[in-house]
Amino acid sequence: MLMLEQRPQPSKTMLYLTPVMAVLATMLVGGMLFWAMGIDPFRAIYLLFVDPFVDSYNLSQLFVKASPLILIAMGLSIGFRAGVWNIGAEGQFIIGAICGGAVGLALWGSTGWWILPLMALAAALGGALWGLIPAVLKIKFNANEILVSLMLVYVAGNLLAEMVQGVLRAPDGMGFPESRNLGRNDPTALPDVFPALGIDAGGVVMLILLAMAFFLLQKHALGFQIKLTGDSPRAARFAGVKPGVIIAVCLGISGAAAGLAGMFELTGAAGKLTIDFPLGYGFTAIIVAFLGRLNPVGILLAGVVLAGTYIGGENAQFMLQLPAAAVTVFQGMMLFFLLGFEILINYRVKRMRRAV
Amino acid sequence: MSVLLDIQGLSKSYPGVKANDDVSFQIQEGEIHALLGENGAGKSTLVKMIYGLVRPDSGTMVLNGEKFAPPKPFFARQKGVSMVFQHFSLFEALTVAENITLGMDVAPNRKELSAQIRKVSNEYGLPLDPDRLIGDLSVGERQRVEIIRCLLQDPRLLIMDEPTSVLTPQEVDTLFGTLRKLSENGVAILYISHKLDEIKALCDHATVLRMGKVVDTCIPANETARSMAEMMIGGELEIHAATEFTPGAEALRVEDLNLASKDPFGTSLKNVSFTLRKGEILGIGGVAGNGQDEILAALSGEEKVTPETILLGGKAIGGDGPNARREKGLLSAPEERLGHAAAPMMTLTQNAFLTGRIRKNLAPNGVINHRKTTGFAEEIVKKFDVRTPGVHVAAKALSGGNLQKFVIGREVLQSPEVLVVNQPTWGVDAAAAASIRQALRQLAVSGAAVIVISQDLDELMEISDTFAVLAEGRLSKPQPSDGLSIEEIGLMMGGDLEVANHVDA
Repeated sequence: MLMLEQRPQPSKTMLYLTPVMAVLATMLVGGMLFWAMGIDPFRAIYLLFVDPFVDSYNLSQLFVKASPLILIAMGLSIGFRAGVWNIGAEGQFIIGAICGGAVGLALWGSTGWWILPLMALAAALGGALWGLIPAVLKIKFNANEILVSLMLVYVAGNLLAEMVQGVLRAPDGMGFPESRNLGRNDPTALPDVFPALGIDAGGVVMLILLAMAFFLLQKHALGFQIKLTGDSPRAARFAGVKPGVIIAVCLGISGAAAGLAGMFELTGAAGKLTIDFPLGYGFTAIIVAFLGRLNPVGILLAGVVLAGTYIGGENAQFMLQLPAAAVTVFQGMMLFFLLGFEILINYRVKRMRRAV
Repeated sequence: MSVLLDIQGLSKSYPGVKANDDVSFQIQEGEIHALLGENGAGKSTLVKMIYGLVRPDSGTMVLNGEKFAPPKPFFARQKGVSMVFQHFSLFEALTVAENITLGMDVAPNRKELSAQIRKVSNEYGLPLDPDRLIGDLSVGERQRVEIIRCLLQDPRLLIMDEPTSVLTPQEVDTLFGTLRKLSENGVAILYISHKLDEIKALCDHATVLRMGKVVDTCIPANETARSMAEMMIGGELEIHAATEFTPGAEALRVEDLNLASKDPFGTSLKNVSFTLRKGEILGIGGVAGNGQDEILAALSGEEKVTPETILLGGKAIGGDGPNARREKGLLSAPEERLGHAAAPMMTLTQNAFLTGRIRKNLAPNGVINHRKTTGFAEEIVKKFDVRTPGVHVAAKALSGGNLQKFVIGREVLQSPEVLVVNQPTWGVDAAAAASIRQALRQLAVSGAAVIVISQDLDELMEISDTFAVLAEGRLSKPQPSDGLSIEEIGLMMGGDLEVANHVDA
């Protein structure tokens, strides 16, 4: 029988190398998968992992995809550090887009620099409140936040469908279930800042917030309390940390970040609210958070890698007739290998002798 | 009577500790055999080996003349060995009969089973309705379900782990009646407890374990509480003369403190009252699980209580959280080093910040001052001789003794008014233990008041000026350690507070 035995001193180097190893293992096994499907594995791997970072058009799309992933993952990682498992960022992303979009649509026709910040504020607030629903239920009734936050994704999805067919539908849109195009409306369109890499105003805000998250976790007493809660809840209570506050702060921050990402997506890449607006960033961001080892710098790198698989995946779809689901399989594989390697670094496999 | 179970030379080691070392004894058919010992003496490991939950490293067991080495509890039950655990495994939403079905290896149909339950429960004086929901039963009734589950399998040997810790006195009487009847019917009972009066009243024989070894056997009826206490804690208990102690002004007063334990198997504090003066070291003895964790939580502020029940320098602080109490000078060091006093994965620097933040002002405006925090951690390491490659090392990488020195040092160096420590030298080597005691003594000399909660009587007698015992959540009246006799301490530990309170120095 095989057993796992905890290693007394897991290697630090290996711990930092796991994300790299996970990516390499995904390439290898993914390549074998493509080969079995009759697709040239080298070309597919090149398209998915290299091309997005060398081709200039692809590069201009890089942060369009990476910014929302990184922003959401940054928020999630703060909660994950405390052992608060927000799985519902996708829902908070949608609610943020609805709230931010509603403000933009309500002010349709007005002009002024303040409109976008106001929309961002509404989005962050909406996302935070949506994230606080599981927080309140956990604090009051000890409801599992994983389940509650996940289920609220579907509630948010239905709310979005209701909105684009109802109050937020474009009045001159001939009845199509979509809103006016905020991305083509000057005061509500997100300005580009560094188009060569696809960095817009949302990307800049993302980078600033990422730096703030780094400060919070490394330098601030609240960040210490968050990490302490994740490491040892009992020691945290002993240190005077109130568990309810940490739960609310974590779900609030991650909800706000996801909501903000939703609003940036709406006023940037997507332009308008439709039923197909959510692209699964809220779920992929979970992979980004773990691939980045819950560390702000790591998340920046991981977000770029995952954004690459999105872009490469789209290219591979029409160039190699790769099925759309292949990208999801790839991303799932990456998380699988990451978690697998992590176990092997913290534990060693031991063969148990059958005792007599 | 003939030998039912013959145990020869059982040993079991875990990394760093010999839980059982060459344990040999015999259980006769139909006898009630006590397994006596302090916490950590190896009682649990031993019965787990008999019940097939743990494999012995070496040694043999013979049951009814046959070699007995159960690889799993299932095999033990088949051979007639059953066990009632201290913690029950019952589903609250199911009925008594349904729960019993789940636990049985071969279950008869429901109707037959209900009839059997009624029959057995009447026969042994354990009234129980098979159709009631577990959720509606009292703790004592739940225990009956577990006992009847065992009895339905017709055991030859019934193991009971601390069965009375959760029972009312009336329920204890009922249980004893049942156990005696079982014994008359030829069922042997292995009874684990540290309650001396119970063992004296119930058991035919006793085997005493200390530090994994059989140190003595006796017939409890012929012994006194004192003699059994001595066997349990070791005969060489020496009572040191207390050091010169001139009590100062009142530092901490606890008045009529009550705290319901959140843990269903914890012990609630009942009317705890004492006064602690500056320069005084109060030793609180007693067997673990009698309210030690609860009293620490109530004093540290992890559990808030009625404000007026805890007075620090005359001010009511019972309603304050841990940090507010630290600010006012009441510090504490819990028993569990990793995971309570310190966070295992965090560095020593971070762990210094954990409690040092307030009094050492390590995070003015919320921003952590790294230089100052590292300085504080380094000071602890240097002054308390913590052996570590540096303060960047994770707490879990330190040995138990070194981490304990760090934890105690962290509190002592914050110059508390009152310091509460639980098991300060548990699992710590002799040299480290001596230096920890020395530090606590110095702290008291400098004018602070100290409470030491411990199960090590030697330690308490050496260090404390006054001594009290915690038994079933009640604290005896503190009295000068000087002149306390071993008999008095033994009786106090057995739960006889009446005697304890009347021994006036």
